[in-house]
Amino acid sequence: MTGYADFLLLVVAALSLSIVATSRLTSCVRASALQGMTLSLLPLALWGGALDRHMLPVALMSLGTLAVKGVVIPLLLFRAIREANVRREAEPFISLHVSVLIAAALVGFSFWLGTVLVLPRPAPAPLLVPIAFATLLVGFLVLVVRRKAVTQVVGYLMLENGIFIFGQTLVEEIPFAVELGILLDLLVGVFVMGIAINHISREFEHIDTELLSTLKD
Amino acid sequence: MTWALAFLVLAPAAMGLIALAVKNLRIGLGILLSTALVHLAATASLWGEAPVTRFGTLLQLDVLGLIFLTITSVLFLLVAVYTVPYILQGTHDTQAAPHRFVPCLLGFLAAMSLVSVTQNLALMWAAVEGTTLASAPLVYFYRRRGALEAAWKYLLLCSVGIALALLGTFCLGIAASGVSGSGAGLTLEALTKVAPSMARPWLKTAFVLALVGYGTKMGLAPLHTWLPDTHSQAPSPVSALLSGALLNCAFLAILRFFQVCLASGDFAFARTLLVVLGFVSIAVACAFMVGQRDYKRLFAYSSIENMGVMAAGVGLGGAATYGAIFHSVNHSLCKAGLFLLAGNVLRAFGTTSAREAHGVLGKLPVTGVLMMALFLAIGGVPPFGPFWSEFLIFQVALRGPNPWVGVLFVSLLAVAFLGMAGVLLPMLQGAPAAGTKRVREPKLSVLAPLALATGALAIGIYLPPMLADALHRAASMLGG
Repeated sequence: MTGYADFLLLVVAALSLSIVATSRLTSCVRASALQGMTLSLLPLALWGGALDRHMLPVALMSLGTLAVKGVVIPLLLFRAIREANVRREAEPFISLHVSVLIAAALVGFSFWLGTVLVLPRPAPAPLLVPIAFATLLVGFLVLVVRRKAVTQVVGYLMLENGIFIFGQTLVEEIPFAVELGILLDLLVGVFVMGIAINHISREFEHIDTELLSTLKD
Repeated sequence: MTWALAFLVLAPAAMGLIALAVKNLRIGLGILLSTALVHLAATASLWGEAPVTRFGTLLQLDVLGLIFLTITSVLFLLVAVYTVPYILQGTHDTQAAPHRFVPCLLGFLAAMSLVSVTQNLALMWAAVEGTTLASAPLVYFYRRRGALEAAWKYLLLCSVGIALALLGTFCLGIAASGVSGSGAGLTLEALTKVAPSMARPWLKTAFVLALVGYGTKMGLAPLHTWLPDTHSQAPSPVSALLSGALLNCAFLAILRFFQVCLASGDFAFARTLLVVLGFVSIAVACAFMVGQRDYKRLFAYSSIENMGVMAAGVGLGGAATYGAIFHSVNHSLCKAGLFLLAGNVLRAFGTTSAREAHGVLGKLPVTGVLMMALFLAIGGVPPFGPFWSEFLIFQVALRGPNPWVGVLFVSLLAVAFLGMAGVLLPMLQGAPAAGTKRVREPKLSVLAPLALATGALAIGIYLPPMLADALHRAASMLGG
């Protein structure tokens, strides 16, 4: 089953790069939704056959991830885009071409990091650790270089996705209730961020976070 | 099985939902007060219990958690009392929805309680993130531009920061997964048991990530930048809870990771990191306190300074560990009081500018006197509590291998004191603008700060043996 898992991980990485490469907000959110859906299959691919007693929690985890990351959060973000009435990313701090190059470099760096930090217990899939780091770092990149509040949320989601992949090595250690709590936090977090974006767009008539800089000493 | 542990988390959450459904402001405030009272009673009942109480596999309370839980519970009750006149007499924006205030506050209490009563590090993470989510709507309760900006920074920076802490939690799990006999998951008990044979690179990575991640939430430099904005823009009762209770929760999370490092025997690096980050935070805060124009921002920077003191105290070890935990009690009492008083000043003067709010003592005598007392307290003037905790940390630093650390510590504290005095004294004593009269101060809005100031003075003069014993036991868990 690990071949299948590695394929999913490659899809996740490709989607990360596509988020970096696009400036249309709806495309970013769509790619993020696809990434969430792909990730929801990952626990099944990794643990589907191996862990009989963990079967039910793993299946529920997959379903929960699919519902939250693949459906509900994207819908919340689409609504935020509609209400704030923005289509495109306004002039990223770093041009799209350069950010794609940086993202590619980050992916390369992650593979190197994967060879340095060795798991004490062999990873369930060879690509797991490198792609986890890559997703996380590219998420950071999106957070830093993008200016619209919505794309920053997408960056935050990628960061969380990277951590989710990383967490797959610990499926036996983390109680199901806690996994659920983490997922719930993410859902409520994006919900609150969506409301905040809505208020910001109404109050300021834009959602450029760079212009949110009146508070200083 | 101690049902009180589950009750402490579930009761506020359930009452919050009820308050959300009721939508009536007065009933909501009644629910808030009664929940706060019951919460404090449940917390007090735990003081008589065995050193460790547990409920199921997820909830477990030790003396360290109990101290932080008690701070949260006491502050919450006092803030609830203050909130009643604050909400009822508030000049509300048309957009603000006052009936949402109480549910969010109760959700905030539930999340903070969960941080104290769990020792499952992953659940603790979920709870810390929960505190951010419950308090963010409170920060922009008044839909002013500044408040929205502050709330956005708070949400995004803290969420990203805490995401790093989750990564750190997972790294700790991975460090433990290589050890045979593990598998009890991410509970502190299981982790400290296998800590000596953990894979060191993963353990160190875990601590660094947790320190940076939870440090963001605790307001440790360099990721503190959201804190002055958020704590100054939030409504004053919320600022009081953010500074007095929430920062402690993040500190507790860092201490849990520190306990694992301690158990592994490889903790020198963790101590050094805590001392360095602590001192950087104190220095950064000092730089911004001198000449600060906004008195709420001044208090926020003072919180960063005091968080630095606590981190440095635990890092120095020995008796300073005791000092650090004692200081967290002291800081909570003083800072919550100061923020509540800042709310009174803000209401009377309509500005957060220290220069424009002139002559507080003339216009608001009770508020003014209490603010003066609490300023002296947090500035480290005897016989208030903070003097003793800071003095203890100073002594340890001075007697350590590098005495200049102690000198640096006391010099930075002096700068902070003078910086605060330079802003607050003209504001308190200055001549009131012509024609200002004494303003009536509602009893409930000075009662809570009065109680907090009395508390800070009382534990400075006489530390009850029960509290001293709890502090000692907590410090010994942290290698002090």
